[in-house]
Amino acid sequence: MDLTLRVWRQESPEAEGRFETYRAVDVQPDMSFLEMLDILNEKLLTSGFEPIAFDHDCREGICGSCGVMINGQAHGPQRNTATCQLHMREFSDGDTLVIEPWRATNFPIIRDLVVDRSPFDRIITAGGYISAPTGSAPEANLIPVPKETSDAAMDAAACIGCGACVAACPNGAAQLFTAAKVAHLNLLPQGGPERRSRVERMVETMEEYFGSCTNHGECESACPKGISLDNIALMNREYLLSKIRSR
Amino acid sequence: MENQNGLDAKVPTGAINERWENHLADINLVSPANKRRFTIIVVGTGLAGASAAATLGELGYQVKAFTFHDSGRRAHSIAAQGGINAAKNYPNDGDSIHRLFYDTVKGGDYRSRESNVYRLAQLSVEIIDQCVAQGVPFAREYGGLLSNRSFGGAQVSRTFYARGQTGQQLLLGAYQAMMRQVDLGTVELFTQTEMLDVVVKDGQAVGIITRDLIDGTIDSHAGHAVVLATGGYSNVYFLSTNAMKSNVTAVWRAHRQGAWFANPCYTQIHPTCIPPSDEFQSKLTLMSESLRNDGRIWVPSRSGDPRPAEEIPDADRDYYLERRYPAFGNLVPRDVASRAAKLEVDGGKGVGPLQNGVYLDFADALGRLGEDTVRERYGNLFDMYQRITGEDPYLTPMRIYPAMHYTMGGLWVDYNLMTTIPGLYALGEANFSDHGANRLGASALMQGLADGYFVIPYTLGGYLAPRLGEKTVPTTDPVFEETRSRVRWRIEGYLTGGGTRSPDWFHRELGKTLWEHCGMERNADGLRQAISAIESLKEEFDHDLLVPGDGHSLNQSLEKAGRVDDFLELGRLMCIDALHREESCGGHFRIEHQTEDGEAERDDDNFSYVAAWGWTNGEEPILNKEPLEFEYVRPSRRSYK
Ligand SMILES: Cc1cc2nc3c(=O)[nH]c(=O)nc-3n(C[C@H](O)[C@H](O)[C@H](O)COP(=O)(O)OP(=O)(O)OC[C@H]3O[C@@H](n4cnc5c(N)ncnc54)[C@H](O)[C@@H]3O)c2cc1C
Ligand code: FES
Repeated sequence: MDLTLRVWRQESPEAEGRFETYRAVDVQPDMSFLEMLDILNEKLLTSGFEPIAFDHDCREGICGSCGVMINGQAHGPQRNTATCQLHMREFSDGDTLVIEPWRATNFPIIRDLVVDRSPFDRIITAGGYISAPTGSAPEANLIPVPKETSDAAMDAAACIGCGACVAACPNGAAQLFTAAKVAHLNLLPQGGPERRSRVERMVETMEEYFGSCTNHGECESACPKGISLDNIALMNREYLLSKIRSR
Repeated sequence: MENQNGLDAKVPTGAINERWENHLADINLVSPANKRRFTIIVVGTGLAGASAAATLGELGYQVKAFTFHDSGRRAHSIAAQGGINAAKNYPNDGDSIHRLFYDTVKGGDYRSRESNVYRLAQLSVEIIDQCVAQGVPFAREYGGLLSNRSFGGAQVSRTFYARGQTGQQLLLGAYQAMMRQVDLGTVELFTQTEMLDVVVKDGQAVGIITRDLIDGTIDSHAGHAVVLATGGYSNVYFLSTNAMKSNVTAVWRAHRQGAWFANPCYTQIHPTCIPPSDEFQSKLTLMSESLRNDGRIWVPSRSGDPRPAEEIPDADRDYYLERRYPAFGNLVPRDVASRAAKLEVDGGKGVGPLQNGVYLDFADALGRLGEDTVRERYGNLFDMYQRITGEDPYLTPMRIYPAMHYTMGGLWVDYNLMTTIPGLYALGEANFSDHGANRLGASALMQGLADGYFVIPYTLGGYLAPRLGEKTVPTTDPVFEETRSRVRWRIEGYLTGGGTRSPDWFHRELGKTLWEHCGMERNADGLRQAISAIESLKEEFDHDLLVPGDGHSLNQSLEKAGRVDDFLELGRLMCIDALHREESCGGHFRIEHQTEDGEAERDDDNFSYVAAWGWTNGEEPILNKEPLEFEYVRPSRRSYK
């Protein structure tokens, strides 16, 4: 199939960006979306142009490096699928694809399709962990954890930190990302002792960087890992409880 | 050239089960108050690096941690699927530290250092405790206790797992522990910062040179010790299951500064990957080995059988692993399973549009366990397979083929994980240490975390204690100056090459050569051809490379150029090593050295040693040998029949 690509190009954070149009010809349905970009880049490079910068690494939908807006949708049209896992069989001959970086005030563009997502790391730094210094751990089976609890924690822990939730949110909120980590750690007995300070610090750090949540739910539909909105409810509950108790 | 002096691995004395403890009792300690007077540089924040940085920070050292990723959570470790081994013996099926030790030495085809492997097996138990305390959501039974499964090549169930995302959960645990130290101010984290050289003064590692990938700034960092945890080099083959950015640069530049490179030809091919679908393929996807627990591998008995898999009756199928290895069946070690698949495909029995795969079939498992159980165990892997191939493995068998996956070779380290440059350490996949010529499934995560959480925090003290009061070398010292200019000069060279070919083009060519001649099977002629092909390719690279853009902003082609340059030099060394090792062992299969029924034939009389190669600026590398002695596991021919 042949496609028209309109790709956001921007040399640096300060530079003005613009759309450039490229033709992608002879695209195979079994190719991945990023392989299609690889081929375009190889062509650009050997014709003396600078390739399109985009972030990626594992290409298995697990590292959270990749992520672009495709026709206005974070990670493109296929549900529960990161950009790197998207295959060209999802598109048809003659399609035009508009490819942009995540659009969020707090994810400034570094170059082309690459954005700076470091605020996510700051949220984790603000208590997104269980304090268990090496060597201090008790025997692993000492504290049984009900399977349902452990499964629910795992569901939340599956977040890959790609930022699609923020990019999809009209307010640029990071509730889903933050809530997934709060839920993962606060659900587990090991996370119990720090649950209040954790949720308070994480939420407050999140609010420093990101917009506020007005329950659009776009984040959930954009999430490549299907992280549920229920986590946000859980986080809000934990936060309120914590605030009430600390008064 | 060969150096007959041998290598001192500094293995402690005593019975094998007491060595680590004896060593701990002997190591010099740095007192808690003095730890903050030492600066430790940790390069790489995958499982090995993040666990080391977190633990060293907890102990009170000043840690500077570096990663080229934009966050500590992205390292290649995140992609590990299947699980992590530990000799907990929860299932009460006869596992023990000794058995894990024995399995690892045997699985490595008797080419690893017994003392290291024993220590690894001992520490495995503590790793699980540590991870659970951090909140790693390992799979559990209904009673709330941890669940185990058996994994590639093991006859006991000792593998802990978190769905098909074990690496992700372990890495998030280590990353969060590291970020806690960032929060507390003991770890300073430099993201999007690539180490491009080690600074060596008077024979000791005293710092590193880095490049900021966003604005191109070249910087110097001084430390009392430098720890490399920069992962493996499978991407030298271009196509592999490793993350696209994984590379050998940190390790290779350290090698060029004097760190010896051990067993570069020991590479591992993973038997269960999705076969390539076209020539543009940029990366191969692994389907976790755990699938072999319930999937059955087969090819049609008749080559070119045109029927779709479901229509081929059992009588016309060859379950070749079950046939050839009745005791282990589909669970033979990776090298054995991989070569067996190659044999079938080369013999014309390959399946799929390009006839480049074999079937991995779940029909029996679906019948026996039901779809729900299969989904619970492998759901995410099945989904991934379907997304990539467009085929539904609940209805039709998967197609799989071996691909490059893991590298057992790496920087030579002694028992303390120190390289041949004093003060320079290597952890995780970057070192050569524990897996011999073949790694068992679920053992890399174990090794990375053992190195980072439990070995380096102690052994580093032995090096540092006598240096109390010494200041770090100022970054204005001529040796920093000199190393910086070398780095700058190299980058300038790539940018002003003015040739016509992309870094990827060279990488792809190199990969083809290595896969063909230094891949699943090797022989002397092929290796000689490969060496000369790689030499010409390197020459072409030096003259015909094209890197657009500049060095002062994000330039992914420039990053790639440096990595490919190092891969070219490494590729040559791999072939030299493979050519010199006139035997077959583990992942290194020399066609000339096989038994009558096609199994690997070791030569213990002549090759029971670690081959550690020294760099010699343009001359042939120097071979140094560390003899291997087996006191506790007597080498025998591996048999999985
Ligand atoms: C698909 C797949 C599945 C796997 N599944 C399993 C499994 O189930 N069980 C198991 O035990 N093992 C598994 N493995 C193997 C295992 O994942 C790896 O061996 C292990 O994670 C390596 O960890 P590491 O910390 O040594 O390196 P990595 O995780 O590769 O980390 C390297 C780090 O170094 C940094 N780095 C590298 N070079 C530089 C530089 N020059 N400057 C700055 N930073 C640098 C990177 O940014 C990164 O942070 C799997 C491997 C693959 C490919
Ligand atoms: S590249 Fe890793 S999630 Fe897409």
